[in-house]
Amino acid sequence: MSRYETMFARGEGVFGAFVMLGDPTLEASAAILDALVEAGADMLEVGLPFSDPIADGPVIQAAAARALAAGTRPADCFALLAEFRSRHPSVPVGILTYANLVMARGRDHFYARAADAGVDSVLVADVPLLEAGPFAASARAHGIAPVLIAAANTPPERLDAIAALGGGYTYCVARAGVTGADQAVRFDHEAMLARLHAVGAPPPVFGFGISTPAHVRAALAAGAAGIICGSAIVDLAARGEPVRGFVQAMKAATRGGQGGPIGGPILVP
Amino acid sequence: MLMRGRFGAFGGAYVPEILMPALEQLEAAFLEAQADDAFQAELASLLLNYAGRPTPLTRCRNLGGAARIYLKREDLLHGGAHKTNQVLGQAMLAKRMGKTRLIAETGAGQHGVATAMAGALFGLETRIYMGADDVERQRLNVFRMQLLGAEVVPVASGGRTLKDAINEALRDWAASFDTTHYLLGTAAGPHPFPTMVREFQRVIGREARAQILAEEGRLPDALVACVGGGSNAIGIFADFLGDDEVRLIGVEAAGRGLDGGEHGATLLRGRPGILHGAETYVLQDEDGQIGDSWSVSAGLDYPAVGPEHAYLKESGRADYVGATDDEALAAFALLARSEGIVCAFESAHALAHALKLAGEAEVIVVNISGRGDKDMAQAQTLLGLGR
Repeated sequence: MSRYETMFARGEGVFGAFVMLGDPTLEASAAILDALVEAGADMLEVGLPFSDPIADGPVIQAAAARALAAGTRPADCFALLAEFRSRHPSVPVGILTYANLVMARGRDHFYARAADAGVDSVLVADVPLLEAGPFAASARAHGIAPVLIAAANTPPERLDAIAALGGGYTYCVARAGVTGADQAVRFDHEAMLARLHAVGAPPPVFGFGISTPAHVRAALAAGAAGIICGSAIVDLAARGEPVRGFVQAMKAATRGGQGGPIGGPILVP
Repeated sequence: MLMRGRFGAFGGAYVPEILMPALEQLEAAFLEAQADDAFQAELASLLLNYAGRPTPLTRCRNLGGAARIYLKREDLLHGGAHKTNQVLGQAMLAKRMGKTRLIAETGAGQHGVATAMAGALFGLETRIYMGADDVERQRLNVFRMQLLGAEVVPVASGGRTLKDAINEALRDWAASFDTTHYLLGTAAGPHPFPTMVREFQRVIGREARAQILAEEGRLPDALVACVGGGSNAIGIFADFLGDDEVRLIGVEAAGRGLDGGEHGATLLRGRPGILHGAETYVLQDEDGQIGDSWSVSAGLDYPAVGPEHAYLKESGRADYVGATDDEALAAFALLARSEGIVCAFESAHALAHALKLAGEAEVIVVNISGRGDKDMAQAQTLLGLGR
């Protein structure tokens, strides 16, 4: 079984934590990754900083800018992840980045480097299903799961194709817009989740705007297999506050089983 | 998508999945409108009676020596630049799709002004994203946009210029697409924008072709246009693509020189990559981080380029060259003194190259994509006038 399969087989809601690599320095982010795991994060999603992150709100933009200002390069990030993997052999790690970084030295080169670093999946924020074929093929050739995004406005036939092509988990965007923790989240994704479930998609994990234990419970109650929290963690770290207590509280909210009946819309401020 | 949205290997639609339905809605509306006589009649009427088309093709009386240089006068269009052509088309599509709000990016402010004009004309709420540094440099255009009823939002991220304004407009659109049309200002970005903007700008070349045939009884030896994102160039090239005897030449901003880092010459010094929704040439470092461009003209100060130009370069149908800041400024001053025409700094890049061609080509058409009013303060400083 892959690391993702092993994790989902544990049968409890998954708490995924996101941070930007190199924010504010490589040493600091290596320490944060360890702290996230020790505090209970089931999987890690890590950003490779890009100069023009169009899917990100102000918090993650600022994190990428700090990382780049500190001189963080993709090669540094892969080295950091390889070291993380030697310390944590079983925690799934996914990269979240943008297409131009994947293409810069050629797609295959990128996925080969990711595989060497012990990375489990890559999500490319600006590659929709329409353009995902060559990325997914290269990823799979190197044993990397190509994570694809599904949204509440994604048409049913496209959800089927996302289910067939994607791997690892299905990244479900909880709301429209960009990343950030400043808006209410409405979990009314029954149709999307039902369709993904029916066609055997990789487990649905919600991201975008998930920043409180109430969000976690609502997402799991709505049928998610897990959630990913990014901006709230990055914001805490940027303010110099410890992330451990927050992660523990978020992880605690996942206990008590996943899934359950798919109910009506749940609005969480 | 109904169309392939590719120009050879270039183009495509590299956007977050959540924006795909908005692009598909736009493509469908555009294709329907292209086949709708009522839409085309309304657009033609607006171009004639509101925008001031057709624009003249002016033969230079004093410039060019033995060559006959003709200027396609988009500087005389309402709003002061070719931008108005395609903004009217897109604003009509926005109404057709039932959108109530327009957003746009702008560099120097010409596209922002054109979008604000269309917002006023069609009763659409309008927000313009503009790099914070550009807001400072282009105060007059900021005021014009505000006068026209638009909200101007300074973008303080990244390099605080056009690239960053596009990033912010895309972020807005990812949350607002239900009510909002993103009125992208050039023939770049994800499909269908490059194709749609070309079709709305095609009128430049269609007119120029008929005008030069009437004047000269033959096609020109060369067409010359400046290329930032590339909309004025693709607009004048489009109807000549099949005329192999006509050289098509795009002029990029060589800024302070192609060998330094300060230029906007994406096709000459960039390499293929993916930015702002399209696979195209991009100025970038070895890791793929996007580079900062430079040009004296804000409209050419952009580190990517429309994907069709990337294709025309690779196929060899068009040639791309550079003109430096100094060459453009010299051409700008020369046109003013020789012909009594004050063109935009952007257009002066095209003229600078046309003047170099004058020895080898007999009939040359230059696209004067905009007028130079916006550049007066900069020109005063750079040319040392009024002291």
